[in-house]
Amino acid sequence: MDALNALVAFLNFVFIPGLSYGAQLALGALGVTLIYGILRFSNFAHGDTMAFGAMVTILMTWWLQSLGVTFGPLPTALLALPFGIAATAAFVLATDRVVYRFYRRQKASSTIVVIVSLGVMFVMNGVIRFIIGVDEQNFSDGARFVLNPNEFKTMTGLAEPLAIKTTQLVTVVTAIIVVGALFWFLQKTRTGKSMRAFSDNEDLALLSGINPDKVVAVTWIIAAGIATIAGTLYGLDKSFKPFTYFQLLLPIFAAAIVGGLGNPLGAIAGGFVIAFSEVMVTNAWKKIVTYLVPESMAPDTLVQLLSTDYKFAVSFTILIIVLLFMPTGLFKGKSL
Amino acid sequence: MNARNLILFALVAGLYVATGVLQSWNLSLSILNAALLTTIAALGVNMQWGYAGLFSVGTMGFTALGGLAVVLISARPNVDNWQAGGPGILLALVLGALAGIAAVFAWRRLAPGRTRALIVAAILIGGFFLFRAVFDPNVTAAEAVNPQFAGNLGGLGLPSLVAWPVGGLLAAAAAWAIGKTALGLRSDYLAIATLGIAEITVSVIKNEDWLARGVKNLIDLPRPWPVPYEVQLQQQAGFLDFVSRWGLDPVTASTIGVKLLYAGMFGIVLGIIIWAFERALNSPWGRMMRAIRDNEVSAAAMGKDVTGRHLQVFILGSAVIGFAGAMMTSMDGQLTPGTYNPLRFTFLVWVMVIVGGSGNNWGTVLGGLLIGWLWLVVENIGPNIMGYITAGMPEGAFRNHLVGSAEHMRLLSMGVILLVVMRFSPRGLIPEK
Repeated sequence: MDALNALVAFLNFVFIPGLSYGAQLALGALGVTLIYGILRFSNFAHGDTMAFGAMVTILMTWWLQSLGVTFGPLPTALLALPFGIAATAAFVLATDRVVYRFYRRQKASSTIVVIVSLGVMFVMNGVIRFIIGVDEQNFSDGARFVLNPNEFKTMTGLAEPLAIKTTQLVTVVTAIIVVGALFWFLQKTRTGKSMRAFSDNEDLALLSGINPDKVVAVTWIIAAGIATIAGTLYGLDKSFKPFTYFQLLLPIFAAAIVGGLGNPLGAIAGGFVIAFSEVMVTNAWKKIVTYLVPESMAPDTLVQLLSTDYKFAVSFTILIIVLLFMPTGLFKGKSL
Repeated sequence: MNARNLILFALVAGLYVATGVLQSWNLSLSILNAALLTTIAALGVNMQWGYAGLFSVGTMGFTALGGLAVVLISARPNVDNWQAGGPGILLALVLGALAGIAAVFAWRRLAPGRTRALIVAAILIGGFFLFRAVFDPNVTAAEAVNPQFAGNLGGLGLPSLVAWPVGGLLAAAAAWAIGKTALGLRSDYLAIATLGIAEITVSVIKNEDWLARGVKNLIDLPRPWPVPYEVQLQQQAGFLDFVSRWGLDPVTASTIGVKLLYAGMFGIVLGIIIWAFERALNSPWGRMMRAIRDNEVSAAAMGKDVTGRHLQVFILGSAVIGFAGAMMTSMDGQLTPGTYNPLRFTFLVWVMVIVGGSGNNWGTVLGGLLIGWLWLVVENIGPNIMGYITAGMPEGAFRNHLVGSAEHMRLLSMGVILLVVMRFSPRGLIPEK
């Protein structure tokens, strides 16, 4: 019985939060890795692209709610998502046209483009703060729990509750659908194949008649779509605040690099590695340990390796360790 | 320095004079002081980026380390807190460092294989738990004493002027650690590593209360040596005599006098750094750095130690940034970790370097003074301009929202300036020769 309680506590405080956070990070890292694989620069504006997409989705959600439209037990934001994706894709394509295309034609070094992306990041961040402000926004509605902690307790008779929030389930299911669709697109469609060819060897791809402008545009649209979904899911699960998306840059880059920059599979693996390490290192294990050891050995401290304030330090540390021992990441980087 | 550059400097000087005449000299001088300090940090970034092409976005972290140095060196000691946990905390830090050194030593000495991995992991994990076992109770003890007014160990009570070079040293040590791990890798990795270190440095300062009181803020840091307090100045007969002879108001005159004194000090530091940097740039060392920047492969083929030089220039630049960070905290007289944000302490500095002309020290100074002025002026005039733009709109929530958001125009304007300069004048206002 005690082992069962320990398992439930583990699921509740470590596994489920880690799984949904990992899915959000993986989607974020997929966007970064896609841009890196095809446009060949680390896009610092990606966090703010996520915030921008989430913002449009929030505004649309509020509008839909004011019309009385709801999505039953699911958050209304899911209905607003396509509008968010469309607006973000338009914004990002305009950015490419006005800003990035110039440097691509010049064949500027990737460091220059990274600095330019910093500029884009600040413009986007300014626009976001200008439109929606800096305050925390809550836009989750519908049912709060798929599995209510109290119901679980009465149902099973266990001392430990197990809760699954609707947003957590939505996150994981959406992430699976998005990743599946992306891999299908890259493996099976003509455009997807030309993107992979372009990423592998740009000159060869150009020689064989692939239209680079189309590849670039499709890449931006997909990246904008994934970013909007990731941003919205993160906002639904926690809450939306422009500044937190800037802070997400570090774990997202860590995930992309740990997996191998440019490698979509790696981005997903990296997202979960980073998320689970963060949760496990900053989790207070006292409860779980107490269930497992005899009463006399129960710990009197929280058994927490690091305080939650340092969760960003965890992703950075993993990043450094991986870079030291496997400079191209867990999966070999740069192969779309 | 040719006529065009002199005119540019005169124009920027005109901006400060205009602010002084039209608004107030107090405002003009505080903008100047903030701009001078950020310019010094910008010179450090220029050394990393302009001389050597290293892309580091961790300026904020080095600035914060400089600020921390001021607390450690010049804050007054908190004897009770120190007695409660000081030696234990120090012992824990030493133990932690020893575990790290032992792990590196073991990694180098043992033959590669599973045994080595296991031994190193055992040393690190064991070291971590040993560290926490000593660290935690002592931290709790130290923070428990008088938490309302102290709660931290306090500093050594030494003069601020001693703290400035220590700030440089702390930043240099951090730069060494980052450089050792990230400099051999692709350039984007350095950017991400420095970004990470900066965020972590600030979060340590925010959360470790025993170190610098965290977000409870540490106030009452002493002023650097020749600068008096306004109140003292207002009581001095000599000063009052001087003021009355010129027909000035003693309160205004004392605040302006103090700011002038700061401006003079920072100006002298800036002058020394520029002199040294110009010497370095025009020496064989500077030529070698630029050769490495322009073509790493051929520089390496000529027998230059690219990674070694990069590490050297990264440490030097970071030390200058740490020095500037220490001066900032000394001038403010307080350490407020919550105010360290990347926009002010990383991005602004980068815009200064790029607008001024990367690779050119005088360009960086010009860019620093210009952007430093703009930065603080946008804050003042942004809401006013927005007020004019929206004057025709009906009163209401939407208009209030627009006027209220105008302070975020800073972010937007700095981003736009950076993008426009990168696009149309990538070599900056005073290009590299």
